[in-house]
Amino acid sequence: MSWRAFLPYVTVMAVVTYLIRMLPLTAFRKPIRSRFAQSFLTYIPFAVLGAMTFPDVLYSTGDLRTAAAGVVVAVFLSWRGKSLLTVAVAACLAVAAAQGILMLI
Amino acid sequence: MKAEFRKGIRHGIPIALGYLSVSFAFGMKAVGDGLTWLQAVLISATNLTSAGQMAGLPLMTGGASLYETALTQLTINLRYGLMGLSLGRKLDDSMGTLQRLIFSFADTDEIFAVASSQPGKVGKAYLYGLMLTPWFGWTIGTLLGGVAGTLLPPFVRAALGIAIYGMFLAIILPPAREKKPVRTVVALAVGMSICFRYIPGLNRVSSGFTIIICAVTAAAAGALLYPVEEEESR
Repeated sequence: MSWRAFLPYVTVMAVVTYLIRMLPLTAFRKPIRSRFAQSFLTYIPFAVLGAMTFPDVLYSTGDLRTAAAGVVVAVFLSWRGKSLLTVAVAACLAVAAAQGILMLI
Repeated sequence: MKAEFRKGIRHGIPIALGYLSVSFAFGMKAVGDGLTWLQAVLISATNLTSAGQMAGLPLMTGGASLYETALTQLTINLRYGLMGLSLGRKLDDSMGTLQRLIFSFADTDEIFAVASSQPGKVGKAYLYGLMLTPWFGWTIGTLLGGVAGTLLPPFVRAALGIAIYGMFLAIILPPAREKKPVRTVVALAVGMSICFRYIPGLNRVSSGFTIIICAVTAAAAGALLYPVEEEESR
């Protein structure tokens, strides 16, 4: 990607992300009063990650079947409360194993 | 002071290790999508946010407007605002405005979680240590993924592609299991996202706006159906 096209994107992303992190720690130090706003902010991370994960995860390995294997393992381990690293590594291993099996059959 | 800094560094090591693997996958994907390794590293070094960076890639390579890019980052990273409000109450007097301006840069989900779980107040020496190791982990992982990712055999690259989604699932599923409101919000966001992918017409909406529409609608529905109590909001 050309630097001319790239630089505006990376600048906008970095500045927006920084401002969201910085303003509440420096400027607005008062708690949010509105119950709706509080609730909305509580739920937004889960909504974002849910929307980003499905259905994209199914295309993350280039093969629906291996991705499905990874999703099943990741969902199972996450549901059991395993750590981020454990789940991420196990999902990769499941995909690798599924690829191995597909190559054999 | 020095002991506090070292403690921060030490507490950052597990975070850095986790970041290393995920940012490796990010670097690999960025280069695969047509960025140079230096561009990938620059994104990681300046943004330090997994979900925002992942969502940023298709926007960049697809030539999305800067307006869409900014709005997508705002939606995805809105959670940091809430974390900042909560963490602000935990900082001691050594965290003046300048120190807050510096620390804000690295207030990620994981650094926030570790800092919040410390007993009592936290100060600048500890926090500077705590932001340093994860930043290096995230940046170096991206460098390694960007440079070496393409050298890996295809089956390894395919397997690594799922790493970041595994991390996302590990973040959302434990609270979804425990709390019905979270479960409802996640199910709604996932359902909408699937519709936006497969339903003709809807699937013409670009990736950034899809995330914005799904996340804002699902979170607003959750806020209307299940308003949180004062203490629950972190």
